[in-house]
Amino acid sequence: MLDVLNYVLPFSLYEGLVFGFVAIGVYLTFRVLGFPDLTVDGSFTLGAAVTAVLIVKGVNPFLATLAALGAGLCAGLATSLLNTKLRIPALLAGILVMVALYSINLRIMGGANVSLLREVTIFDQVSELLGVGARIVRSLIVAGVLAVIVFFILNWFLRTEIGLALRATGDNEQMVRGFGVNTDMTTILGVSIANGLVALGGAVVAQGQGFADVGMGIGMIVMGLASVIIGEALFRPKGVARLLLAVLGGTFIYRLLISVALRLGMAPGDLKLITAILVIIALAVPYLQKKVQREWLPPAPRW
Amino acid sequence: MSENKSLLKLRQITKVFSRGTIDEITALNSINLDVDAEDYIAIIGSNGAGKTTLLNIIAGVYPPENGGQIIVNGREISRLSEYRRAHYVGRVYQDPHVGTAAKMTIEENMAMALLRGQPRGLRAASNKQRRELFCAALTPLGLGLENRLSTLVGTLSGGQRQALALVMTTLSKPALLLLDEHVATLDPRTAQIVLELTEMLVKREKMTTIMVTHNMEVALRHGNRLIMMHKGRIVVDMNQEHKANLTVNDLVVAFERASGEEFADDNILLHSD
Repeated sequence: MLDVLNYVLPFSLYEGLVFGFVAIGVYLTFRVLGFPDLTVDGSFTLGAAVTAVLIVKGVNPFLATLAALGAGLCAGLATSLLNTKLRIPALLAGILVMVALYSINLRIMGGANVSLLREVTIFDQVSELLGVGARIVRSLIVAGVLAVIVFFILNWFLRTEIGLALRATGDNEQMVRGFGVNTDMTTILGVSIANGLVALGGAVVAQGQGFADVGMGIGMIVMGLASVIIGEALFRPKGVARLLLAVLGGTFIYRLLISVALRLGMAPGDLKLITAILVIIALAVPYLQKKVQREWLPPAPRW
Repeated sequence: MSENKSLLKLRQITKVFSRGTIDEITALNSINLDVDAEDYIAIIGSNGAGKTTLLNIIAGVYPPENGGQIIVNGREISRLSEYRRAHYVGRVYQDPHVGTAAKMTIEENMAMALLRGQPRGLRAASNKQRRELFCAALTPLGLGLENRLSTLVGTLSGGQRQALALVMTTLSKPALLLLDEHVATLDPRTAQIVLELTEMLVKREKMTTIMVTHNMEVALRHGNRLIMMHKGRIVVDMNQEHKANLTVNDLVVAFERASGEEFADDNILLHSD
């Protein structure tokens, strides 16, 4: 029990914050824009790879983390351009960029992984700056500060004129065009920002665990979806600020559940299967409920 | 009609769908139309007459065939994409769900609408001044929406949403207002309310308006000009004096004479009493 309080809880909190960036990215694309973006698995690793390689090359870890954000933006830009300018369906565009990123990430890292064990990361810099030694404390400080920054920027941005147009694009694209918004632009903007956030998450995770690995992004999209679904179900948020907090909260709960399950003996390899089943149940239940009530529902879209 | 008075000029507007296939259909056939500023035109016609296609062409959903010209206030806009035309053209759709965003609040919907055709920046989308403007625009509806600015639009009824869509579209005073059977899906009582609201807004803001309708009675009672379309052509075009004393029966006769066909659209006749 003490173990749970001392270790599992703070560690889940840390993970909830850093993977929260991924979940917010997934939330922006899937829920806000209505753009099912599968680039995420690739852009998460991209962020990790870019940061790791830059740090190994001696670049300041803060700049390396920012560079990851920029790389993620570019990945999102690629996906959204494929969709808006070449009219490739969103799902396929995301998969194409995700697959392409696998090769690109291998090229960036020059191999399957890059170790950061003897390198100075943002965590080291922060603990040096503030004089805190405990690993979990400095992790929480780094993740917390970044989360607060991301939260405030997004909470502000989504209420601006452009932010509103972006949200409305996902809600009613035809109406938004009728009011003079270039919906291609808002889609590109939203998908880019989302992947920037995902890559930021990858960059912090890589520095936290001490390495970047070409396979570390696998299943990120499903994890993000699970977090979003948990957050929405538990907190039933209204309004931009609460939605963002709910997504972070959902990620925390998800990570907490995973940590506890692992402690109770679940094989780490089963994690993705269980997450996938969780998401399937969450997506299927509303349909089955309506089916039981004999409500008619259209067939699922193929794209 | 003098050249400089016309707010909207359509020249040789043709639209062919499914070109080169067995389903090829000419939805619009060399339409020429001059709309004066402050005209309130009712367009009527049977299914497939090309009414909605005409609105779609004006709004920029798709371009006309080569050679067609759309001129608003002297500016040729037929190559502009739909979102760029929003500066000139506002539109209320048949389906209230199309004209409003369900997952956003009334205030957010209004804030979207306020900036029609203007560049959007990083300022807050709404503020106290804008909220007051929204309230002032909503109050005349008499639906109490001005007290529910933070309500999600998805929780409103179809009639409320359509009234909101109308206010949103007229909020930024587009040069040209397009109404695409905007009361067709509403129950008769709500339809009446929205029509009266339309009349009031069009008169107050002196907006040039084109209203497509399925209902002859509505076409006779509203607007200062009546146009009847048939198979992609304008077959009847009458002004205020001409239509003032007409009945639905007169309209049917006028249609039969102009098109050379018997009037056989049950849909319109059923709507007309």
